Amino acid sequence: MEVSSEYAVQMHGIVKRFNTFTALDGVDLDVRKQTVHAILGENGAGKTTLMNILYGLYQADEGTIHMGGKEVAITSPTEAIEHGIGMVHQHFMLVENFTVTENIILGDEVCGAAGVLDMRKAREEVMALSNEYGFDVDPDARIQDITVGMQQRVEILKALYRGAEILILDEPTAVLTPQEIDKLIEIMHDLIAKGKTIIIITHKLREIMQSADECSIIRRGVYMGTVDVKTSSETELASKMVGRNVNLTVEKTPAHPGDVVLSIRGLTVKDDRGIEQVRGLDLDVRSGEIVGIAGIDGNGQQELVDAITNLAKAESGSIKMKGKELTNTTPRNTFVSGVATIPSDRHRWGLVLPFVVSENTVLERHVDDEFGKGINLDYDKLRSYTTDLIKQFDIRPVGCEDERMSGLSGGNQQKAIIARMVSSEPELLIAFQPTRGLDVGAIEFVHKTLIAERDRGAAILLISFELDEVMDVSDTIAVIYHGQITGTFAQGTVDENKLGLLMAGGEAK
Amino acid sequence: MESFFLLIGITLMYSTPLVFGALGGVISERSGVTNIGIEGMMVIGAIAGAAGSYFTGNPWVGFLAAGVAGALVALLHAVASVSFAADQTISGVAINMLAPGLALFACRSFFEGAAMSPIAPKLPKVLGESGLAGTPFVNLNVNVTTVLALIFAIIMWFVLYRTKWGLRVRAVGEHPAAADTLGINVYKVRYVCVLLSGMFAGFGGASVSIAIISQFTQTAISGQGFIAMAAVIFGKWTPFGAYGACLLFGFTQALVIILGGGDFVVPSQILSMLPYAMTIIVLVLFVGRSVAPKADGIPYIKGSR
Amino acid sequence: MSKLEKFLRSRFAAALFAVLVGFVISAVVLAVAGYDPIASFAALFNGSFGKPKYISNVIIKATPILLTGVSVAFAFKTGLFNIGAEGQYILGTTLATMVGVTLNLPMPFQLPLVLLAGIVGGAALGAFVGWLKAKFGIHEVITSIMCNWIAFYFCNFIVNTKTFHKPDSSSALPVNPSSYTTILGTWKKSEAGKEFLKGIPWLREILLKTDINAGFAVAILVAVIIGFVLTRTKLGYELRAVGFNRDAARFSGIPVERNIVLSMLIAGAISGLAGALTITGIAPHTISLLAAMESYGFNGMSVAFIAGCSPIGCIPASIMFSALIYGGMSVQQSLGAPSDIINIMIGTIVFCTALPGITPVLADLVHKKREERDDARTTKNGTPLPEKEA
Repeated sequence: MEVSSEYAVQMHGIVKRFNTFTALDGVDLDVRKQTVHAILGENGAGKTTLMNILYGLYQADEGTIHMGGKEVAITSPTEAIEHGIGMVHQHFMLVENFTVTENIILGDEVCGAAGVLDMRKAREEVMALSNEYGFDVDPDARIQDITVGMQQRVEILKALYRGAEILILDEPTAVLTPQEIDKLIEIMHDLIAKGKTIIIITHKLREIMQSADECSIIRRGVYMGTVDVKTSSETELASKMVGRNVNLTVEKTPAHPGDVVLSIRGLTVKDDRGIEQVRGLDLDVRSGEIVGIAGIDGNGQQELVDAITNLAKAESGSIKMKGKELTNTTPRNTFVSGVATIPSDRHRWGLVLPFVVSENTVLERHVDDEFGKGINLDYDKLRSYTTDLIKQFDIRPVGCEDERMSGLSGGNQQKAIIARMVSSEPELLIAFQPTRGLDVGAIEFVHKTLIAERDRGAAILLISFELDEVMDVSDTIAVIYHGQITGTFAQGTVDENKLGLLMAGGEAK
Repeated sequence: MESFFLLIGITLMYSTPLVFGALGGVISERSGVTNIGIEGMMVIGAIAGAAGSYFTGNPWVGFLAAGVAGALVALLHAVASVSFAADQTISGVAINMLAPGLALFACRSFFEGAAMSPIAPKLPKVLGESGLAGTPFVNLNVNVTTVLALIFAIIMWFVLYRTKWGLRVRAVGEHPAAADTLGINVYKVRYVCVLLSGMFAGFGGASVSIAIISQFTQTAISGQGFIAMAAVIFGKWTPFGAYGACLLFGFTQALVIILGGGDFVVPSQILSMLPYAMTIIVLVLFVGRSVAPKADGIPYIKGSR
Repeated sequence: MSKLEKFLRSRFAAALFAVLVGFVISAVVLAVAGYDPIASFAALFNGSFGKPKYISNVIIKATPILLTGVSVAFAFKTGLFNIGAEGQYILGTTLATMVGVTLNLPMPFQLPLVLLAGIVGGAALGAFVGWLKAKFGIHEVITSIMCNWIAFYFCNFIVNTKTFHKPDSSSALPVNPSSYTTILGTWKKSEAGKEFLKGIPWLREILLKTDINAGFAVAILVAVIIGFVLTRTKLGYELRAVGFNRDAARFSGIPVERNIVLSMLIAGAISGLAGALTITGIAPHTISLLAAMESYGFNGMSVAFIAGCSPIGCIPASIMFSALIYGGMSVQQSLGAPSDIINIMIGTIVFCTALPGITPVLADLVHKKREERDDARTTKNGTPLPEKEA
């Protein structure tokens, strides 16, 4: 495409290699001024890498960047900021124990003589900026005490404070409620009206349809073209992103729920800081059904799972597995009672990355006599057991039994965890954010496995921050807010607006 | 009454090297680099201080030399832990092995094979050598290093909490990636902080060798660096907190000396354990309640989160 | 990957590189201080391997640092930093001496009890540190250092007690001879023994001029057992899982706190055994007033790191370090160069092992050079050359 001053940013022929891996292979991006331009691609397609190059965090191996028709070289975030580029990262770049004002001014401080901070003036500047865009943030609040939606606004303010004309938003909606997403889209349109340009990275089609003017698609580091959103459809975008026709709905037969397997009554759990996160929660999960818990991160989901798995102590209440008390015993007891859990953070809870794959598949079961009598651990048995799992769950690369887990891709690591959990034939399978960071193919696999486990007769407790996932996969949808279940619905009897309202603490009508 | 002032005087005297060491720990860990090598840097400071003072006849030259020598050793730690993303614990331990060897080697080379230096000129006392002599307050005429340590603590507090550099140091120690995206050079900040850390540790060494005693000996520094690290934790990674913790540890050492000198029933060997046992007890009581800087001890590698 | 590249990526290359840098740095320091580095290294080598007696002494001195090395390596493999090996060693010597002096049983009872006392002492100190870590989350490095000093003063306290003090000396009473592990201890001093040894000068030198004892064999056995436990047993599997990822271990039902205490207990026991073997094996078979740390624990750390924390790797590493330390003394005797140069060398070596990147970076360079060379050839001839090395 011609280089022209009509465009805020033009990146042409961008190539980026990491050692032998080519992350971007000749990608183009042309963003018109005062538009919202979406970049669509699966996890790992290279969207964020492309934006990190624009923001100066990485240097491209080949390719050019033009801004307003002039070629620019951006070798550091400082230079990007000087060129009027601001970036809001998916994982917020905020110092948790700093105040809003401190976070905003960091690196571009308001100072009196000799580098002494002038916090009063800084605070006024932040307030003025916040009011100008109607952000309504408290400049003195600490980041750790404000909501995720607020934190996002602080991130946007950070960019605006530095005079950003072009805002890059990386997966901005991943952690927001439907209502917060609406508010964000409103803010985005407001920013456009005030002359800014926005680039939004996402793999969510609906948001693109709602917010973007144009959409560029990247598949495995290759540029697939740019489409006008008005004349396109979700299915068209999806097939361009994945490279085949994808079925956006989850296929499953109706559930045949049996007896109650997991029964939770009046459960109260405190977090590390001693704050009650689960507050008298009641929940039942039956065999042969998937109960999905919808809710925004930080409403007690982690503590609920921790209490069931006995990683955290319950203050009061009871957790029963087929009538047997699990409360405040040990993680080992939870497992032997028939509960297997797919953790939310696979690197933290799910895997021992420096262990080889076959060592990772028996983290729970290595004590069984099957894997060696007495003190002995039989590595041959471990290996043959793992070979079966690799075949059965299509873990790649084939023959990775003796490779370190850290060498596997995210999707295959997740498959290894699921294989390990499912192979113990649990009576209750807890899946906490089971598709986090996975691409479409792997997500399909995870969902199919959950449904297959349900059909085997297991009870499934799905906890996800992705409302779509909960609505598509679950037979029963429960909303968690402020540590309590605030509504329970059969699949198909509730729409996302109602759920969104409940997730944000509103009343169900 | 006199023994009360004696207790205070000795407490201040023995807490001073700890304060310097702890300030070094605070500045390094605030920027996200654990520095177990404080002990070794103090040893180097002790020999550099004694040698500098002995050869020039001016203890202040010795004091400055100690700071420079400490910073030079810290440079090793900075290269390893900042540039090479090395295991900071191993690097610190290596420095603790290297430094005594280096110090003794230097000592034997300087002083014809002796394992201790000759008597070197000492830094002055605040009110001169004979200040308050003959009054009950004589023990309050503390070493000038004691006052310097307090001044440095105040300066460090001001820089950390009232200036833009402090804001940046704290940001780098909490969330280096965030600082990086705002154009703050994480590596540079960490280098500067680790070097400062070495300088303070060096001062700490000199405040033993040319203020408390007046020569370098093999046992001049025996665990003070580690006690200083405990003080950093106890003091919640703040300059004043660490200062207070050092006073407490200094107090236990003063107790050892005062009780050990009298006709006390506890054998001196058992008394000598007191500062170390106290450190453990304090850690047990307080460690859960203080939170380290989030990125403390984690190497920052650009492009990874 | 070329052979050179493969070699550069191996752990052995990293160790070799560290040793090399250690020698280079000490050579520079020696030269700057006005000593001849080549002559010093020659004296070093001669002093450690020049006579059968020297070799024997190197092995004797290798015994405690092999064990403390295995202790550190074992703890490190399970995610813990046992900087407290020094204190555990000291407490091991102290308790072994106390029991060895107090009891006077026949050898088959006496020796195991004395060794057990050392093991218990080290294990208790290690477990205490592990407990502080598991229960209160206190970093083991700081508590270990404090325990080192407490053990240090405890040892001095025991030496000075009425019960154990040897009059007119700075040491405690020696343990009873039934605790000795000296090889052929009584026979070699008997008339028959002396007569027999006359014919074999090297054996005579080793047996009569050194305290050659069974300790090193015990130490090798321990290294092998620990290696087996770590890699082939359920306990080792759990300990390593806890070491690599405490959260994932806890999540999968492995009792994390228990394993931390257990790991430190075992590590402490090994260091304590090292202390006990010193008392039973080497004259004067007792403890003395300590003026400074003996450095057996710290040298053990060097051994462990250069061995990449492999218990088996600790065996050659301990002999190397023992040779450096023992031979280092003759550097001072023959050239007058301070023997502390050895500590500088060892410190440098350990420092280099902390830098994970250097040899792999060299490997990357080799890789790149090769690619460039291949690229150049490719463009010259138009077709890529076949890969020569697999």
